[in-house]
Amino acid sequence: MPFEYLDHTADVGLRGTGETIGEAFSEAAKGMFNLMVDVDQVTAKQSLKVLRDASTPELLLVEWLSELLIQKDLTGLYCSRFCVDIVEQPDGLSLAGTAWGEPLDLSRHSVKLEVKGVTYCGLHVVQKGKEWIAQCVVDI
Amino acid sequence: MSEKLALEQISPVEWLLPMSGDMRVPGRIFADAQTIDLLRKDIAEKKEWNALRQVRNVACLPGIVTAALALPDVHPGYGFPIGGVGAFDLEEGVVVVGGVGFDINCGVRLLATPLQGNDLPAIREKLADDLYRTVPAGLGSEGKLRLRLEEIDELLREGAHYAVKRGYGFEEDLTSIEETGKIAGADPDAVSRIAKQRQFKQVGTLGSGNHYLEIQTVDEVLDPGVAEIYGLEEGQITISIHTGSRALGHQIGQDYLKDMEQASRKYEIPIREKELVCAPIRSPEGKRYLSAVVCGSNCAFANRQVITHLVRSSFTRVVGMDSTSIRTVYDIGHNNAKIERHQVDGETRELLVHRKGSTRAFGPGREESPPAYRQVGHPILIGGTMGTASYVMRGTTLGMEKVFGSGIHGAGRALSRKKAAKKYWGENIKEELAKGGITLRAHNLRGVAEEAPGAYKDIELVVQTATAAGINRPVARLRPVIVIKG
Repeated sequence: MPFEYLDHTADVGLRGTGETIGEAFSEAAKGMFNLMVDVDQVTAKQSLKVLRDASTPELLLVEWLSELLIQKDLTGLYCSRFCVDIVEQPDGLSLAGTAWGEPLDLSRHSVKLEVKGVTYCGLHVVQKGKEWIAQCVVDI
Repeated sequence: MSEKLALEQISPVEWLLPMSGDMRVPGRIFADAQTIDLLRKDIAEKKEWNALRQVRNVACLPGIVTAALALPDVHPGYGFPIGGVGAFDLEEGVVVVGGVGFDINCGVRLLATPLQGNDLPAIREKLADDLYRTVPAGLGSEGKLRLRLEEIDELLREGAHYAVKRGYGFEEDLTSIEETGKIAGADPDAVSRIAKQRQFKQVGTLGSGNHYLEIQTVDEVLDPGVAEIYGLEEGQITISIHTGSRALGHQIGQDYLKDMEQASRKYEIPIREKELVCAPIRSPEGKRYLSAVVCGSNCAFANRQVITHLVRSSFTRVVGMDSTSIRTVYDIGHNNAKIERHQVDGETRELLVHRKGSTRAFGPGREESPPAYRQVGHPILIGGTMGTASYVMRGTTLGMEKVFGSGIHGAGRALSRKKAAKKYWGENIKEELAKGGITLRAHNLRGVAEEAPGAYKDIELVVQTATAAGINRPVARLRPVIVIKG
């Protein structure tokens, strides 16, 4: 399962998996948007670019997801497809990502809940065997 | 990690988590045996997130005073447990983003109308439709009050006063809001431009999740003397608005989580969980965050003030009543950190009290309460589930001593959203509510399933436990008649 939700009593644990760290980040983002709207109904009509850096993979995941939440409010874009490249830098990591989506259309999209923020709770970015896992709890 | 989280029972409703390892103070949990069983089960099942471990981690933070506390609606949160209270010494202590959360000053506003429950059946469906249309709610909804950047700054400084100035509500509302709806010390420069931009379209919106607008009846008055002071009587129609600081508060939380992560490293503060990143209260980082929290709090007060006006306009349209006859009983937040005076071991001290999913609940005599309520203590507003009941309670003198004048804020979740969504079906919940005489209007039926009454603990038990512990006292029980969900 590329993204899944973990049991958390008050909020939602979010986990993205992939063959690369970038894929795991993409799936985590898809899982986050799927909490808000059924991502299968969201067409990749418009795109936005995200460039972020951070000292650790975990902090980079928070940067990536929280930037998408910002862009959701500023541009109105709800995204369903993502492509992420992560490169190691001397002082940490940098991310270059693209997200594709469209503005919310209540006649076509089943809306769900608002994600308020990306927490550091349960925050892990790890490689287990051939699989990368990117996870955290998001506040609902 | 081996968990030494054995609790000692002090009374039927009070449990001690003794000091061990890095704990600077013990943990103290006010809860019924069922809730304690749930918390222990999480430990036994090695759940990644559990409230007992969160209490223990809070007890390890520098400068914490007396105990890390959890109230009867305790359940796992992030960093702090929900229902968690932590008071910190101003010199030695820290301010913790996870002790406030992303929805800064999320809270409840209670309005009282002159209508009686038997006035409602004839207009119920029409009123529900009008409220559903009038109060923006749910994902992607936009408020009618659009503000420019400099107007947002004024809103952050002035809180509910700004909303009244713009014609949303009355001066009289302000005297019945915690801290008059405007907390001093707001520095809009401590709030990022992005946080303000995210708020442009969200002033006066309800949001989603557990936020709601309810039309209720006063089902039972439990303390007639205090209810009279609060202006509540049996059969009366009341209105509850549960929402917070919207995207602005969320972005403050996100921005400062990052700042505090850096501050924790700068000040070499040992952190047991990433979400407890923090800064010394007196540090530039700590002061700046607290000033941003004040901005977020004022934003939440303004938000509930705007929604109050929208609700009044619905009642005027549908019932034809004068909007001034709908009175604010009180407005109180349950996600905050505030500097307050408290007695500790016979000494008066200023402390920073974090309340995450907990209200302030000052007992009789405190000057912070509105003059009309000072003699008995201000109301505390406890949101129930959409199918059960909400409560109006008050603080006590014992609560001032035991829990820094704090109160429960809701029923507290028992099931995760994932489990609730599997177990319940929104359409069925709506039908069941209708059978019980409750009209539901919801923008999202999956959200309704996740918020099903069965996903929460029994509000009655939570209220009984807080009462038995002597920290809060019930004043009135409110039953929902119309529920609007985001």
